[in-house]
Amino acid sequence: VMRTARKMGVKSVAVYSEADKRSMHVAMADEAYCIGPAASQQSYLAMEKIMQVAKMSTAQAVHPGYGFLSENTEFAELCKQEGIIFIGPPSSAIRDMGIKSTSKAIMSAAGVPIVEGYHGEDQSDECLKEHARRTGYPVMIKAVRGGGGKGMRIAHSEKEFLEELESARREAKKSFNDDAMLIEKFVDNPRHVEVQVFGDQHGNAVYLFERDCSVQRRHKKIIEEAPGPGIKPEVRRKLGEAAVKAAKAVNYVGAGTVEFIMDAQHNFYFMEMNTRLQVEHPVTEMITGTDLVEWQLRVAAGEKIPLTQEEIGLKGHAFEARIYAEDPNNNFMPGAGPLLHLSTPPVDSSTRVETGVRQGDEVSVHYDPMIAKLVVWAEDRQAALRKLRYSLHQYHIVGLSTNIDFLLSLAGHPEFEAGNVHTNFIPLHYDKLFPAKGATPKEVLCQTALGLVLKEKMMTETFRNQSEDKFSPFASSSGRRMNISYIRNLTLRDGKNNVDITVNYNRDGSYDMQVHDESFHVSGDLSSVENSISLRCSVNGMTCQSKLVIVDNLIYLFTPEGSAQIGLPVPKYLSGVSTAGDQGGAIAPMTGTIEKVFVKAGDTVEVGDPLMVMIAMKMEHTIRAPKAGIIKKVNYEEGSQANRHAPLVELVEDETESE
Amino acid sequence: LLLLRCPAGAAVARAYHGDRVAVVGSQAEAASPLYQENYERMKALVTELQEQAEKIRFGGGEKARKLHTSRGKLLPRERIDRLLDPGSPFLEFSQFAGYQLYGNEEVPAGEFTNNLIECVIVANDATVKGGTYYPITVKKHLRAQEIAMQNHLPCLYLVDSGGANLPRQAEVFPDRDHFGRIFYNKAVMSSQGIPQIAVVMGSCTAGGAYVPAMADESIIVGKQGTIFLGGPPLVKAATGEEVSAEDLGGADLHCRKSGVTDHYALDDDHALHVARKAVRSLNYQKKINVTIESSEEPLFPADELYGIVGDQLKRNFDVKEVIARVVDGSKFDEFKALYGDTLITGFARIFGYPVGIIGNNGVLFSESAKKGTHFIQLCCQRNIPIVFLQNITGFMVGRDYEAGGIAKDGAKMVTAVACASVPKITIIIGGSYGAGNYGIFHFFSSPRFLYMWPNARISVMGGEQAATVLATIAKDQKLREGKQLSEEDVAALKEPIIRRFEEEGNPYYSSARLWDDGIIDPVDTRLVLGLSLSAALNAPTKKTEFGVFRM
Repeated sequence: VMRTARKMGVKSVAVYSEADKRSMHVAMADEAYCIGPAASQQSYLAMEKIMQVAKMSTAQAVHPGYGFLSENTEFAELCKQEGIIFIGPPSSAIRDMGIKSTSKAIMSAAGVPIVEGYHGEDQSDECLKEHARRTGYPVMIKAVRGGGGKGMRIAHSEKEFLEELESARREAKKSFNDDAMLIEKFVDNPRHVEVQVFGDQHGNAVYLFERDCSVQRRHKKIIEEAPGPGIKPEVRRKLGEAAVKAAKAVNYVGAGTVEFIMDAQHNFYFMEMNTRLQVEHPVTEMITGTDLVEWQLRVAAGEKIPLTQEEIGLKGHAFEARIYAEDPNNNFMPGAGPLLHLSTPPVDSSTRVETGVRQGDEVSVHYDPMIAKLVVWAEDRQAALRKLRYSLHQYHIVGLSTNIDFLLSLAGHPEFEAGNVHTNFIPLHYDKLFPAKGATPKEVLCQTALGLVLKEKMMTETFRNQSEDKFSPFASSSGRRMNISYIRNLTLRDGKNNVDITVNYNRDGSYDMQVHDESFHVSGDLSSVENSISLRCSVNGMTCQSKLVIVDNLIYLFTPEGSAQIGLPVPKYLSGVSTAGDQGGAIAPMTGTIEKVFVKAGDTVEVGDPLMVMIAMKMEHTIRAPKAGIIKKVNYEEGSQANRHAPLVELVEDETESE
Repeated sequence: LLLLRCPAGAAVARAYHGDRVAVVGSQAEAASPLYQENYERMKALVTELQEQAEKIRFGGGEKARKLHTSRGKLLPRERIDRLLDPGSPFLEFSQFAGYQLYGNEEVPAGEFTNNLIECVIVANDATVKGGTYYPITVKKHLRAQEIAMQNHLPCLYLVDSGGANLPRQAEVFPDRDHFGRIFYNKAVMSSQGIPQIAVVMGSCTAGGAYVPAMADESIIVGKQGTIFLGGPPLVKAATGEEVSAEDLGGADLHCRKSGVTDHYALDDDHALHVARKAVRSLNYQKKINVTIESSEEPLFPADELYGIVGDQLKRNFDVKEVIARVVDGSKFDEFKALYGDTLITGFARIFGYPVGIIGNNGVLFSESAKKGTHFIQLCCQRNIPIVFLQNITGFMVGRDYEAGGIAKDGAKMVTAVACASVPKITIIIGGSYGAGNYGIFHFFSSPRFLYMWPNARISVMGGEQAATVLATIAKDQKLREGKQLSEEDVAALKEPIIRRFEEEGNPYYSSARLWDDGIIDPVDTRLVLGLSLSAALNAPTKKTEFGVFRM
C-alpha cells in the first residue's frame, strides 16, 4: 500500500504498537505514530487512537489494510463522521456483508445461489443443535461476524457438536466480541473460489476474474492462484457476473471479494463477501496487469474505475504462496521467533515478494505469523508452478520453523500439478505431503561437514588478519602433522541420531570423508554473498552450490534439492541437564496465555482428556493428556503466561493400574 | 631528505627494476635417469618415514588403547587435537624419541596454536608403559621445555603418567638434567612470565605431583585424575593407613580442600575446553620485531627435491635448487656470490618472515668460513633469523690450508654461530661430518630447532673414510710386526666399521636419542621452517654480543 502511495505521490502515515516499533512498515512510512501496547485491543483495534493520529497528521484518508479494522462497520462510520475518507466500502455494505445471515438473505434475494443452513436469531444450544441435525452432519459452525477462519468449526457428528460450538463461541467472542453463530451445510471436498470485484461511487462495478484458494490448512489459505484451474470461460463469466450482481446489491464501493464454494461439477454457491482488499489480491493484479491499491485510492478520491469490464483482460497464470512461521509437522502450529537469517528469491517483473519483515526482525507472538507472500507469474499454469517451486527453493529462513518445505512438497504434488484442488487436499494427500523423514543423504552430511570445516577456517583467517602476524602457517587450518596424516572425528546430529564422520585433511586442501562405511572425496570453498555464506562443494566429483547458515549448534544447508538441518551434539559439560528426557506431563506447544484450566491436582485423567486451553498466536489450543494418570500438580493458573515447552502439569501414571 | 621504501609486493606497480628480487633455481631435469633414480630412492625413504610415524602414532598397541578408551579417556593425540584450534597444524617434536632404544615408548610433544596463541604442549601417553618416565622421556620433556623457554611459548602439560620408571630410576632421577629439572624449568619459566598450565587427566604421583602443583593454573578431571606425593601402597607401607586413590588425591579433594587444582572437569573434553579458556585468558600477545611481507609459494614444486637431492651423499647437488623450492616466490638475494662460493649466503622470505640462509655447496675453505661469519654478523645486526641448510663433508684439509689458517677461520664461524642470538634453525639435508659440523652449527650451540631429512647422516667423518683410517692404522701396526695385511683382511676389517657408522649416522639413530627435533619429509621443509620461524618470533629479541674473533 505504501509503495503504491509513494508511486502516486501520496504521503503515508503508519501507526504501530510498541511491539512493532522496529518493524518494516514503520521504517517505510513517511511518518509513523505509536498507538499503544502490543495487545491489539489497545493498539490496532483502538479506533479512537487511530482517529487521533489521523487528525494529528492531517490525513485525508485511512487505508485499513487486510485485518484488524478493515471490515469494521463502526470504524468506517467513525471515519465518515470525522470527515476522513475510509478506503473501502460504505459502512452499510460492511455491516450487511459482515453478518453472514444478512448477506445470504440479500444474495438469495438478488438471485445469487447460496448454501443450506441456519442463520437465525435464536442462539440457544438446543436450537443450533436442532438446525445442525436438520441441515445434516457434517455441518459448519461459523461466527456470524467471523472471517479468516476465526470462530469457525466443523462438527462431524452430534457428539462433537457442543464442544465445537463452545470453542467457536469462545474464539468469536475474543476476536469479534460477538459470539452469534450460524450453521451451514458442510460441502465435502469443495473448492474455494473467489471473485475480485471493484465498485465506484458512480454505481459501476466490474469483476477481475476468480482466484482459487482451495488448498487450506486450519481453514486458512496457504496457496492461491488465478485464474482457477480447469474453469471454463463460460463458468468464469457466470462467476464474475454473479459477483458483480452481489456487489451491486449492496452498492459496493472499492475492492471486495465474493467468495463461493464450488463442487466437483463446478456448481457454485455464495458463501460470503469480504469487504476489503485481500491478502491474495496480487495474483489478480498479476493476471490483469493492474494495481488494485492504486484503484482503491483513486476510487476513494471519487474517480471512476479506471477500466471497463471489456477492457479487463486475463493473461497468463499467477500463484501466491504464503510463507508462515508455523510448523507443518506439528499440525501447522503457529510459531514465533527471531529471523536469524532471511534471504528471498530475486524480485523481477513476474516475481513479487511482499513482506513486512527483514533479517533480524522478530516474528512476534502478538500478531499473525505470516512472514511473506511470494507471488509469481508466467504464461501458463505449468510454467508458473515451475517458477513457484524454483523461487521457493531460494527462499531461506533460519530461526523459526516455516512452511517453505511443505509448500514445496505441495507445489510438487502431481494432483496439485493437475489442478485437482479442493479444501480437503491436505488431509487427503497427507502421506505424500508429509513423507516420513529418512536419514539425511551422506552426500549432504559431507557437504555439512565441509561447510563446518571451512567456516572454522574462515574464522581462523579473521583472527589471523586481526593480528600482526598475518601469514603464520599456524593459522593455515591445514591440519598438517609431521609425517602422519591428520584425521579428524566429527560428529553430526541428524534428527535423533549421531553420525560419526572422519575427515582426513589432504595436502592439496581437499578432504577424504568417511561416513559409516562409505568414502567420499570432498572439496570446495566458501564465499560471502550478501548476508549469507555460499558453499561451493564437490562430493565425489558432483559439484553444487548451496547456502550455509550456522546458528549456535545448528547448521542449515540450503541445497538446490532442498534444505537440511543438521545439529552439532552439545558436549555434556555445556548442555547441563538432559532435555531429551520424557516429560511426565503435558507441555506448552508454544508461548501463550492459559485461558482455561480443566483439571486440578489429584484428578484422574484418561489419554486425550482436555487439560487446559491455551491462547497463543490468536489461536486456541486445547492441551490434552498425553497419557492416563493422576494430576500431581498444575503449574499454571488461568490467565498466566507459559513459555514454549514449559511443563503445564505434572502427571504421574496411575500406579494401581500399572501394578 | 630522501624517502626510500621498497616493499617487494609494490615493486611491479612501481616498475622499479631495482625492487625486483632475482629468482633462483632452474627447471628440474625430470627426464634424466639420475633424477629419476634419486626421486625413487628418496621417495622410498619418505614412505618408510611415514610408515614408521604411523606406527608410533598408535602408541602402546591395540590392547593398551582399548583399555585406555574403555575408561572414558581420550588418547593423547585425540587430546591434543581437541586442544588445538580446529584444523591447526601441529609441529610435533621428537617424534622418534626412544625409537628402538628400549622397546618403544614416547611422549608426544609439540607446538600448536589456540586462537592463534602458539603454545608448547607436553602430553603423556599412558598406553605406553603407563606413561612412566624413561631416561629418554625425561630428555624429551626437557627439550620441549627448552623450546618453550627459548621461544617464550606458554606450556600446557596433559598429565597422565605413573611417574619415574622405577627400574631405571638411577638414569632418571638424580642428575642435573633428570626428572627434577622439569620442575626447576617450570619455576624458572613462570618467573620469566611464560605461562604454565597443567591438566591432570590421570595420575600424578610423587614428583609428578609437582606438575600441577607448580603450574600457574591447573585443571583436573573428576574421578580420573589423582595427585599425591605418596600413592595408596606407599601410604599403607609407611603408616598403615588404608585409603583409596580417589580419597587420597582425587579431583574433589584437590578442588574443594587442598587447593592443589583450580578447575574441576567432568571429563577429558571438558578439561580441554577449560584449558582452552585458560589460554584465552592469558592475554598473550605475539609481538613480532621483524618486517613481514605477503607470502607466496615457491615457483617450483617441492617434490622435485627428491629427484635433485636423492639419497647418495657422494653425489653433489646445488643447494640453490633446494632454496628455490623452499623460499617465498623462489626469490633469493645472494650475498657475496663470487666469494667463497662453497658456502651460499643470502636473504629470502619464508611465509613472509625474513631469513638469512646459509647453505653448503661443497667443502669449506677459509674464504667460505669468513664469508659465513660476515653474513651471520649481518643477520644479527639486522635481527634476521638464520636458516642453515646443512650438507658438509668438512673443512678442506692439507698443508696449504692449515698454513693458511683454516683452523682460525673455522673458529671465527663457530664463534659467530654460537654467539648469534637471533633465531637459528638448522635442517640437515645431506651429510654432517666432522669439524664442518661444528663450523656450520649443530645441536651443541643451542639452535632453536634442528631437523633432519631422512637421507641425512651425522658422524665425525664418513664411514668409508673412518674405515680407511682404521685400516691404515692396522696395516701400519702389522707392518711394524713384519706382517702383511691381505686385501680380504682389509675388507673384513673395514666392513663392520662402515656398517656401524652407517647405523649410528642414521637419522633414526639420532632422532631416537634426541640429537635433533625430528625427521621431516623434504617436501615439508618450507612448512616446518615457517612453523618454526613463527614459533621462534614469540621470543623477545636479544642483542647479540660476539666473543673474540681470532683475526
